[in-house]
Amino acid sequence: MEQKIVSKRFDAINPLSIDDYLESGGYKSLKEALKRDRINIIEEIEAARLRGRGGAAFPAHVKMMGIAKEEETTRYIICNADEGEPGNFKDRQLMEKDPHQFIEGMVITAFAIRATKGYIYIRGEYDKAYSILEWTLEEARKKGYLGKNILDSGFDFDIELRSGAGSYVCGEEFALIESIEGKPGRTRVKPPFPTQKGLFDKPTLINNVETFANIPHILEMGGDEFAKIGTESSTGTKLVSLSGNVNNPGVYEVPFGVPIKEVVEKLGGGSKDGRKIKMVQLGGACGPIIPEYMLDLTIDFDRFEDFDSKTGAGAIIVMDERFDVFDVLLRVAEFFEHESCGKCTPCREGNLQLVKLVEKFINRKATQKDLINIESLARVMHQTSLCGLGQTAPTAILSTLKYFRDDYLDLIEHPEL
Amino acid sequence: MVNIKINNTDVTVEEGTTILDAAKTKNIKIPTLCYYPDLDIKSDCRICTVEIAGEKGLVTACSTPVREGMEIKTNSPRVLNARKTITELMLANHDANCTACEKNMNCELQTLANTLGIDENRFESVLEMQELDTANTSITRNPNRCIKCGRCVDVCKNVQGINVLESMNRSHEMVISPKYGKYLSDEDCTFCGQCSSVCPVASITEKDETDIVWNALDDDKKHVIVQVAPAVRVSLGEEMGQKPGSIVTEKMVAALKQLGFDRVFDTDFTADLTIIEEGNELIERIKTGGKLPMMTSCCPGWISLVEQKYPDLIDNISSCKSPQQMFGALAKTYYAKKQNIDPKDLFVVSIMPCTAKKYEAAREEMSVDGKNQDVDAVLTTRELGKMVRQMGINFDQLDKVEFDDPFGITSGAGAIFGATGGVMEAALRTVSEVVNEKPLEKLDFETVRGLEGIKEAEVDLGGQKVKVAVAHSLSKAKTLADQVKDGTSPYAFIEVMTCPGGCIGGGGQPYNTTNAVREERIRATYQVDSDMKIRKSHENPVINKLYDDYLKKPLSDLSHDLLHTHYRKRNA
Amino acid sequence: MLEEILKKYPQHEDSLIEILLEYQNKKTKRFITEEEIAQISNYLGVTESKVCSVVSFYTFFSTEPRGKHIIQICKDVPCYVNGRGNVLKTLEQLLNIRIGETTKDEKFTLEYTSCLGNCDGAPAMRIDGKTFTNLNPNKVKAIISEYRGVN
Ligand SMILES: Cc1cc2nc3c(=O)[nH]c(=O)nc-3n(C[C@H](O)[C@H](O)[C@H](O)COP(=O)(O)O)c2cc1C
Ligand code: SF4
Ligand code: SF4
Ligand code: SF4
Ligand code: SF4
Ligand code: FES
Repeated sequence: MEQKIVSKRFDAINPLSIDDYLESGGYKSLKEALKRDRINIIEEIEAARLRGRGGAAFPAHVKMMGIAKEEETTRYIICNADEGEPGNFKDRQLMEKDPHQFIEGMVITAFAIRATKGYIYIRGEYDKAYSILEWTLEEARKKGYLGKNILDSGFDFDIELRSGAGSYVCGEEFALIESIEGKPGRTRVKPPFPTQKGLFDKPTLINNVETFANIPHILEMGGDEFAKIGTESSTGTKLVSLSGNVNNPGVYEVPFGVPIKEVVEKLGGGSKDGRKIKMVQLGGACGPIIPEYMLDLTIDFDRFEDFDSKTGAGAIIVMDERFDVFDVLLRVAEFFEHESCGKCTPCREGNLQLVKLVEKFINRKATQKDLINIESLARVMHQTSLCGLGQTAPTAILSTLKYFRDDYLDLIEHPEL
Repeated sequence: MVNIKINNTDVTVEEGTTILDAAKTKNIKIPTLCYYPDLDIKSDCRICTVEIAGEKGLVTACSTPVREGMEIKTNSPRVLNARKTITELMLANHDANCTACEKNMNCELQTLANTLGIDENRFESVLEMQELDTANTSITRNPNRCIKCGRCVDVCKNVQGINVLESMNRSHEMVISPKYGKYLSDEDCTFCGQCSSVCPVASITEKDETDIVWNALDDDKKHVIVQVAPAVRVSLGEEMGQKPGSIVTEKMVAALKQLGFDRVFDTDFTADLTIIEEGNELIERIKTGGKLPMMTSCCPGWISLVEQKYPDLIDNISSCKSPQQMFGALAKTYYAKKQNIDPKDLFVVSIMPCTAKKYEAAREEMSVDGKNQDVDAVLTTRELGKMVRQMGINFDQLDKVEFDDPFGITSGAGAIFGATGGVMEAALRTVSEVVNEKPLEKLDFETVRGLEGIKEAEVDLGGQKVKVAVAHSLSKAKTLADQVKDGTSPYAFIEVMTCPGGCIGGGGQPYNTTNAVREERIRATYQVDSDMKIRKSHENPVINKLYDDYLKKPLSDLSHDLLHTHYRKRNA
Repeated sequence: MLEEILKKYPQHEDSLIEILLEYQNKKTKRFITEEEIAQISNYLGVTESKVCSVVSFYTFFSTEPRGKHIIQICKDVPCYVNGRGNVLKTLEQLLNIRIGETTKDEKFTLEYTSCLGNCDGAPAMRIDGKTFTNLNPNKVKAIISEYRGVN
């Protein structure tokens, strides 16, 4: 069931050794790419129908083509390695276990869009990955894969490593840009989009670590070949971060279209101690919580979007029967309450109210009115918040209102339970 | 051009127009809170949400450009419910004690709640009361009323370049505040009040002095006189429900009489006096190789900036007091003596477009006897409006009344002090006639007028070409000040007004001051000027008589004692 | 020390977070004072309010003195469902402080953190720059005594 493309070198090479990377075919795609027509590279990615792996599932080539067409010649490329979404740890593994791979993808993309400088924005909590990347960038520079006149192609490009400082919202594109600029991570008004006016007001391409990691492979196997993997709408493979009450938590690479159940049962070894699985949260804190009977759902961007949520980052958090919906919701609500940047009203004030409302259910104080209020507030936050954080913060609540409504009603009607 | 439909009405607008502006062209009102004309689009309150056919989420009208074929609903049930919810969320974290609020009936949040028909709040109050900042004489900050719209931060940072106010912390703990929650008076605040002028609620307001004035008026032992700044007569009308740019000089005087002031005087008079003193100071500096460029001193916000951030430039600032303070000094000496009043029993009130004037009046230098302040109370245009309403005066029905003697005869030069470029123009009218010893052919110096941020002109002074410049708003003032600091300033004379548009756009002016409104007030200001018989300060007969009878000559010893002052480096 | 660190960075606003991170990490009590904020703002040519807005936004920064070692325990769902509660209880007992506090000897500060991205090893915690996974009360005891011993 697993199909290893971006994780094929995991634990097979010494991540600190550029020679290991080269021996296993690394930087071959870059060499080839430097000989190609820039637009042609983007077209290859278009043929692969690669969609962003950071959560929003946006077609990668669209943003690239957008920048390629901008008039401004100072252009930036940013790798989003903020991975702050609870339950996700696949970017950490990509950086710790095969760090050259996504850097190669960044250099190829930079060449294609004529980027002048690159940044990797890595969350502050990833100390180990940070050290590995420092080392890796230096190695790549020494061997001429980064820096001036890369592989004698005349192309100059270097990457700077920037650390986050404890803020989940800095994974959001504009918040991330603000953070690199040395400001609090609060998003900007769109339009203009980052591809038009991003870092230091210059056109900027932002992609996730896994998105970049796929690029060398697309060039190697060809876009059409890549597009044959996975499903019609979601091509290629997905790194899944499996956690919670399972026997074998970890990162698994599967082609799109695999049912969640199989990942949990076959790769994850099923629930721990044979307990009954009660619910699963998909994507992370920003994703829906679904009951066990829905695990036949396949991993596919568009299927996920049916939940009104963009859950492409690929976390699966399994929770067994010992856990109560509301206790989980409280953790989720508190997370967003803590991480909201405070800029816009629905998110700043709404998340605090959600915490209060969930607490009311936990304390057996909730009434029918609170049920109506929590639902209405969650909808409004989803529809009106300024950035993805506030828009997705109520997803877990909205999904439980749908799939675990009886749990709400029970507490209202039988507070003594 | 782009064709769209708003509430089923066809609208055609230019590409790039926002939904909000497109709606305005058809008089469709979409409520806003964080949006403020001329400032950055912040799009953080989310009140202006509208629905677009075929789109799942709602979008904010203030920030979303129209697209061909868009079908917009500005008032669908979904939209109204969202607005209502957002407003309730704000109210749940707001000290909504409306009847005890300075902005009751004049508050954008209250209006919104009323329009949306919010009668009860579904959400529990999460307000944690914080201490008020009442530590300075100009501005009160009440964090419990802040709705975090960010307008004040934008004005303070981008328009004024001061950046005292910032967003601190995050999530619901985010506050708009000076660093470490300090008082404004501990910071580099200039008390310009631009923040108070854009605040949609009563979170930043001028320090209210109306009670002090009511008490003085009620005190039989006190002789209470009032001076009115040039910029008030072209803005007070707005407080009284008139159109921007209405000139209400005589009704304003009548209203002040009805309020009970013993004499109503015109700050334009001491503006004329300022021109004589400052003009002569400039001529002397040019002649004797004194410090140039000379920079104007009539704006206390600007003085604060120099004292705090540009102490090296202190000697460039004219030593003249501002017209308000020249008035105060003359009132407590010349006028008191003439009227045979013990200065202790004389109570001097000023009506100013300005919050910084409250601070200026309280400066320790501003006391001729070293004991009592020369100006006892300063009211903003807004506070005067409040008193007129409290008194129940029917403003429109008032008869026209003239200013009192002796400080009521003024020139057009004094009148234009209220607009950016006005002090410069008034000075040039006098200085060039004095130096060139012949009447000016054209009195209007058009190049220094208007809302351009920095304006320049070149004048001929006794055969010497001299460059002058005018800046309004402190961010622009800083540009000129930096040049002076670097030694690259090509100018001999620089006028600075802290507020965008000058005092007509002052921090104490009626709410909803926008550039469009500023233009109207400026137009009215030059109207007042051109309607005057005397248009040059040095032709004001009462000024000349004042010199003959009392001050003797410009820059005399007595002038220095009464009309000039000094500045010092201040550390916030 | 601050001066030396400042010198390494370009005098541009975008160095701010980098400077704060490096400096605070090297400081024993892991916090930033008003004077230091003033010095940094002066070096970068940005207002102090701006520096404060950054310091108060990111959870890594503190304006209050903290312990020599910062223990951060993840408070999110994957750790929650894997026995985070016991780990926290053990830590609070061992250190004799509550979450959010610093020990009397100023050696440890106990804080919550958002997800550490080590959910495959839940429950997880981070001490200074190091992450510990698959925690249970015994493991926690061993780790803490090691940190105590080292100092
Ligand atoms: C609150 C929030 C947090 C996010 N965090 C991340 C993140 O940690 N990593 C990431 O790649 N994308 C994150 N995203 C998505 C990014 O905004 C952006 O869509 C993504 O980096 C684009 O890259 P991609 O197209 O390769 O996925 C986040 C979005 C939001 C709204
Ligand atoms: S949705 Fe939340 S995180 Fe995003 S801008 Fe609004 S307050 Fe900030
Ligand atoms: S009064 Fe002026 S300087 Fe002071 S905080 Fe308000 S806008 Fe800023
Ligand atoms: S003080 Fe007023 S202007 Fe400033 S953010 Fe608060 S509500 Fe808005
Ligand atoms: S420009 Fe006028 S209103 Fe503004 S601070 Fe200066 S004196 Fe006051
Ligand atoms: S007015 Fe549009 S979001 Fe505030």
